[in-house]
Amino acid sequence: MTATLATASYIGATILFILSLGGLSNPETSRRGNLYGMIGMTIAVLATVSGPHVTSAGYAWIIGAMVVGGSIGLYASRVVRMTQMPELVALMHSLVGLAAMLVGFANYIDPAASAEFTGAAKSIHEMEIYIGILIGAVTFTGSVIAFGKLSGKIGGKTLLLPGRHWLNLAGLLVVIWFGREFLHAESINDGMMPLVVMTVIALLFGIHMVMAIGGADMPVVISMLNSYSGWAAAATGFMLSNDLLIVVGALVGSSGAILSYIMCRAMNRNFISVIAGGFGSDGGAPAPAGGVQPAGEVNPVLAAETAELLRESKNVIIVPGYGMAVAQAQHTVYEITKVLREKGVNVRFGIHPVAGRMPGHMNVLLAEAKVPYDIVLEMDELNEDFPDTDVAMIIGANDIVNPAAEEDPSSPIAGMPVLQVWKAKTSIVMKRSMATGYAGVDNPLFYKDNNRMLFGDAKKMLDEVLTALKA
Amino acid sequence: MPQVIGVPKETAAGEKRVATVPEVVEKLIKLGFSVKVESGAGDPANCSDESYRAAGAQIVEGAAKLWAESDIVFKVCVPTAEEAGLMHEGQTLITFIWPAQNPELMQQLAARKVTVLAIDALPRMLSRAQKMDALTSQAGVAGYRAVIEAANAFGRFFNGQITAAGKVQPAKVFIAGAGVAGLAAIGTAASLGAIVRANDTRAEVADQVVSLGGEFVKVDFEEEGGGGGGYAKVMSEGFQQAQREMYAKQAREVDIIITTALIPGKPAPRLITAEMVKSMKPGSVIVDMAAERGGNCELTEPGKSVVKHGVTIVGYTDLASRLAKQSSTLYATNLFRLTEELCKTKDGVINVNMEDDAIRGLTVVKEGAITWPPPPLKLPAPPAAKPAMPAKAPKHGEASAPASATRTAVMFGIAALAFWFVGANAPAAFLGHFTVFVLAVFVGYMVVWNVTPALHTPLMSVTNAISSIIAIGALVQIAPPIMGGAVARPESWIHWLAWVGIALTAVNMFGGFAVTQRMLEMFRK
Repeated sequence: MTATLATASYIGATILFILSLGGLSNPETSRRGNLYGMIGMTIAVLATVSGPHVTSAGYAWIIGAMVVGGSIGLYASRVVRMTQMPELVALMHSLVGLAAMLVGFANYIDPAASAEFTGAAKSIHEMEIYIGILIGAVTFTGSVIAFGKLSGKIGGKTLLLPGRHWLNLAGLLVVIWFGREFLHAESINDGMMPLVVMTVIALLFGIHMVMAIGGADMPVVISMLNSYSGWAAAATGFMLSNDLLIVVGALVGSSGAILSYIMCRAMNRNFISVIAGGFGSDGGAPAPAGGVQPAGEVNPVLAAETAELLRESKNVIIVPGYGMAVAQAQHTVYEITKVLREKGVNVRFGIHPVAGRMPGHMNVLLAEAKVPYDIVLEMDELNEDFPDTDVAMIIGANDIVNPAAEEDPSSPIAGMPVLQVWKAKTSIVMKRSMATGYAGVDNPLFYKDNNRMLFGDAKKMLDEVLTALKA
Repeated sequence: MPQVIGVPKETAAGEKRVATVPEVVEKLIKLGFSVKVESGAGDPANCSDESYRAAGAQIVEGAAKLWAESDIVFKVCVPTAEEAGLMHEGQTLITFIWPAQNPELMQQLAARKVTVLAIDALPRMLSRAQKMDALTSQAGVAGYRAVIEAANAFGRFFNGQITAAGKVQPAKVFIAGAGVAGLAAIGTAASLGAIVRANDTRAEVADQVVSLGGEFVKVDFEEEGGGGGGYAKVMSEGFQQAQREMYAKQAREVDIIITTALIPGKPAPRLITAEMVKSMKPGSVIVDMAAERGGNCELTEPGKSVVKHGVTIVGYTDLASRLAKQSSTLYATNLFRLTEELCKTKDGVINVNMEDDAIRGLTVVKEGAITWPPPPLKLPAPPAAKPAMPAKAPKHGEASAPASATRTAVMFGIAALAFWFVGANAPAAFLGHFTVFVLAVFVGYMVVWNVTPALHTPLMSVTNAISSIIAIGALVQIAPPIMGGAVARPESWIHWLAWVGIALTAVNMFGGFAVTQRMLEMFRK
């Protein structure tokens, strides 16, 4: 295949990738979109392999690597549970980061790759390598830590080193200084030292950055790492002068950035403050400082009474949160939904943008349980319907239904858009205990007269509710 | 020093209620207060001195002594001039006052330099005030009792029966006014088996009537009768005409009429004329719950039960008191809830916090100054806009508000500088790629905003899969054609780095698309 033909194929692949993302605007077209993505990838890989840059000597190696990696990937995609999607996605981000690093190093130590560049072009090329490896390294370790946190291998608590902002700043300055050294290096061997030092700092920075971020900020972190993996690909594209890589990297990068933005907006938080980490410990003073402490009694309720309330309702809205994912309760939730719908109860689901640990997490879980997506609605779509709702059932969610966000300007989560479940005639909160949510803010919802608390493991309690409903 | 709550014996004729009951005495003591009860205060409500003593209260002989020794006095009925005369400076009185109807009493209380909380002045629209709403609790008891009085005076069953001795038609009950008392009456009559119809000028209560087993009878005239705060207002002449026709029709059909219609600050509306009474079947019963305020029926004699034109007309004004144990218990609980609000510290000392909307509304005299009527509630009416709601973020597809001109100008300025810098320094080849990059970022921005939030997880996994395009980087390194061949190339290093790179990206390439497909398969209508 000639170079021009390969380039033309790349254009085709680019279009297919854009269509692939475009297809996700609607569940109907999304499957076709994914197919476009696969075709685009196949074209891109085949055009590259048969193009002028790969000789036949490499075919066996390429096939070997593809078979090894591909079978691991396919196996993982088969066995992963839907509740573990955030972990899988984090792990995959780390692979992209690592690959970007390796490609960067390989490119640097290959004298043939830079032979054609001189003067400013050479400096720019080296800068591209440097930045590509930097982003790749941060993505790699950051994603590994995110994976650890999501899978529970590392505690969800934030790790706050003293003077961590200064540490980061110092790291940045060192990286810039070594970048200068690197550009002025005479030979590849001379440049290796600054490159390795920078890589180590970037790796440490990735660890440090994600360690400082708490569990419920994970949707932002995951989206951000998604974005980084895209920028890493784009940097590699610049390094290799490959437009396809640049385009795809930019697509992925902006996609991740938009997701981060949406997640931040859903928490009414500033992107910088999320990344800076340590929510509640340095951002705003903790709740008691100025907040109205909710007072009163909570009204506990039993599973049987919950079933009774649900049975007698006309409109029910279920608000799932991370607790539902932890308890693996989505199938029971749908069983209950089915029973209620057969009885003519209008059951819908209200999804907060940051419910769960990654964007869209709840939707995927509910889809796995075969909940039809037309009854799964966004916060904006049904927030006005709560006053007409008989029962709002909150399963393992806390901060996203906290009325303090709207009512108490001194609350740390003030201004965060929340699902207004307290406007329903009755709200039932399923929770293991009275512990506060991630934000460490007490939830006045629990003390409202029309709220009932159903204490216990979500799965177990929902099973009891289901049994009572069927009885 | 804990404050003393005193409960005197009610002095009004026929009043059987008492302001607290032994069960509540215990709770008050738990709040840190000590409680004194006048000897015999609870007798009409079946609460003996013994039971009060057992609950921890002290029994005091004589009203004068009790009033003198109490810091806070709980009462049911509006105090008499005599009772008001017993009050001393700094004392607090919690009872029914009806400040609008009793201006002289208000003056007298103010002169004694006391604090008075009128339980009837509670701002009822505050949802947290519901637990203290004695008007509601007493009206509920009265509504129940009204049906019992009607059943007592009525010569037949309420429910329909088919017996060996023949078929019995169920009684038909019409209830005018579906407030708290009306709703209680509807529920009680329906549970006795009667056919219940009800009417109210406020159309929104129709659902509540139906939910209690009643049938809502509409007046054939369009007008909305809500007067704020859950009360009705005076209706137009046209409406009243239509309403009279409807009542006349009901009077001919039903066996029992229970009227509960009241308009705040006005005499009770005349709903049932003498003509209508005449048209009723002999043996029918009318219970006029508005008797105290003149009655909804023309022939009502307040406080009495009379028979006119063969119809028993019950005009008792003490329906709640006729169920003294029940109404006292509920009233005592209302006062206890109020005390909790007054004594948040649980140390037996009340704090009349005028910043609190509920307590501000209740307080009609504060340390000798008349504070009634209260300023309008700061709290917005239910449909009013919420304070401090964040500006609504633009939804997908909606155009966001344009940023301010200065900000836009600054942004464009910075961007222009950045582009100038790149253009001035970078070689041509780089600029070509840079163009592609910037445009691709914009395309990505446009495309991704259209992704439905439900598919954000698949979006992440598919972007993950396509970012494995980085494999191309590794592919071109693994076995490139050697050009020139002069330079020494660390062949095996590059080779293995590239190989690992390909293997890693292949994980994403295959795994990413496969798992996305798996997820998307699940999204079904």
